[in-house]
Amino acid sequence: MGGELRFQGRAFVFEDNIDTDAIFPANWLILTDEKEIASHCMEEIDPDFHRKAKPGDILLAGANFGCGSSREHAPLAIRGCGISCVVAKSFSRLFYRNAVNIGLPVITADTASLAAEGDEVAVDCVTGEISIRKANAAAGAVVKLAGEPLPEFMLEILRSSGLYGYLEKRLKLEGRI
Amino acid sequence: MGYTIAEKIMSAHLGGKAVASGDIIMPGVDMVFGNELGTALAIHGREEILKAGVYDRSRVAVIPDHFTPNRDVPSAELCAEVRRFAGEQGIEHYFEVGRLGIEHIILPEKGLINPGEIVVGADSHTCTGGALGALAIGTGSADFFYAMMAGEIWLRVPETVKVDLTGALPPYVTGKDVILELIGRIGIDGANYRILEFAGEGAGSLSMADRFSICNMAVEAGAKTAIFAPDDVTQAYIKPRAARPYHLYASDPDAVYRDTIHIDLTRLSPRLACPHNPGNVKPAGEVAEQRLAVDQVFIGSCTNGRIEDLRLAAELLRGRKAAPGVRLIIIPGSREVYAAALDEGLIKVFIEAQATVGPPCCGPCIGGHMGVLASGERCVSTTNRNFRGRMGSMESEVYLSGAAVAAASAVAGYIALPEGVM
Repeated sequence: MGGELRFQGRAFVFEDNIDTDAIFPANWLILTDEKEIASHCMEEIDPDFHRKAKPGDILLAGANFGCGSSREHAPLAIRGCGISCVVAKSFSRLFYRNAVNIGLPVITADTASLAAEGDEVAVDCVTGEISIRKANAAAGAVVKLAGEPLPEFMLEILRSSGLYGYLEKRLKLEGRI
Repeated sequence: MGYTIAEKIMSAHLGGKAVASGDIIMPGVDMVFGNELGTALAIHGREEILKAGVYDRSRVAVIPDHFTPNRDVPSAELCAEVRRFAGEQGIEHYFEVGRLGIEHIILPEKGLINPGEIVVGADSHTCTGGALGALAIGTGSADFFYAMMAGEIWLRVPETVKVDLTGALPPYVTGKDVILELIGRIGIDGANYRILEFAGEGAGSLSMADRFSICNMAVEAGAKTAIFAPDDVTQAYIKPRAARPYHLYASDPDAVYRDTIHIDLTRLSPRLACPHNPGNVKPAGEVAEQRLAVDQVFIGSCTNGRIEDLRLAAELLRGRKAAPGVRLIIIPGSREVYAAALDEGLIKVFIEAQATVGPPCCGPCIGGHMGVLASGERCVSTTNRNFRGRMGSMESEVYLSGAAVAAASAVAGYIALPEGVM
């Protein structure tokens, strides 16, 4: 992991319209522990995903990532696998807000069509700068592109470790806890 | 420049402050609710923060409806945790098994979602409440928790797409067909981040049940929510129910829309969303020609578990039976719907048609219990999602329809139009 809201890691690549039932099947919605939740991440697409993902890895996806349900388990499962950041061509709004709310950085950019699994990706959520170093190309082959940076308020939530942390700060300020 | 109804509601909740699309705002909320799954994830391990107490216990509702009556020990433990929380916090609107139904059906019934309100629900189908002219926003657990504790929600002010409805629906065509037609046209991300506002003279011809079904599936096009401006139909529904005074808003004639889509209700025919996403919509008549055999039919859910849906199903099932090999499952969406179905003799019609009638809950919609599908099975369902594996095996198929096509398919034993069995 780099500096503040900057991330660097190996890429996992997913296609368009990955829905929340695929990210985290409804049958496991009874779980509340992040490690247990993570063990079912992407199990309908790749049951080994949670074993393959290593801390710091970056998930790249196509359009409408996380469409479907409001389950916060979906971004929790991804974070629980060690994924540091999700980059998608577009996000379903519920997944997008849930990710920010649990402190999982998300950024909008069309990287999935440019990268392959194992490529080295660097993301700066504040500036929106993204670079992809191809794993199978000559050393130094780097693709750079500009993602859509997050609005300041969302960065503030991410810096507070999510909306739960943001709420805790607020309640303390108000003297309620 | 005028405001849309959604912008007026947001502005009113900010003390009349101007709003523009893209602004990030933090308005107060009028109602916050969660089912057992979203609630449990929000409260689990957060005893310290919960010591602050919820912002207003008369404005919070907790409704265990997804895996209830408890399907197994883990879901029983989860419900027990949620029940303890509701008791400790003195939540006024806690709906226990037997007193309840599906969250999106009972909250309007109890007058807990009213025109002009901002409502936050830890469930994607919270948009259902937009049928009443409320801004009803589906969220995950963190937003629910924040709204419950702080009484506010952060929102990015969305653009609105107007869906201009003309004409009136023909027989056996319902709100479900309207929303399937729309999703089929714009796709499952066609309204992402936007609000769908249903308007035009056709909107006034729709019943509340049709409006609830339409708003319910707005999220299937990615929308932040959907909304109908309140009219006489809304007032007739809400007046005897409203738990609080409410405000009626309407869009200004010069309100700004991102886009306008026209749907002629008169020319609409039954629709089906085919596997494996709610945007894969075809005319039901076209699919019926293939005589696709069905193993299960489910009539119920927050989309189509209302009395109007059950009446429509009963009309087709009266004096008929589910075809051999078809498991017909019917679940009234709430205690009120169940009682009305009993009074009207519909439950008897269903039982004589060899349906099984379940207790008010989400039922098999999310593949949790009460009708999970095996591999190779095909189901016609009045629910809202048909992603691969949604109702059970990854090798099963779900076709989404309104109650009429579902009931007709149960009788025929294959996907059929209502006219095919009458």
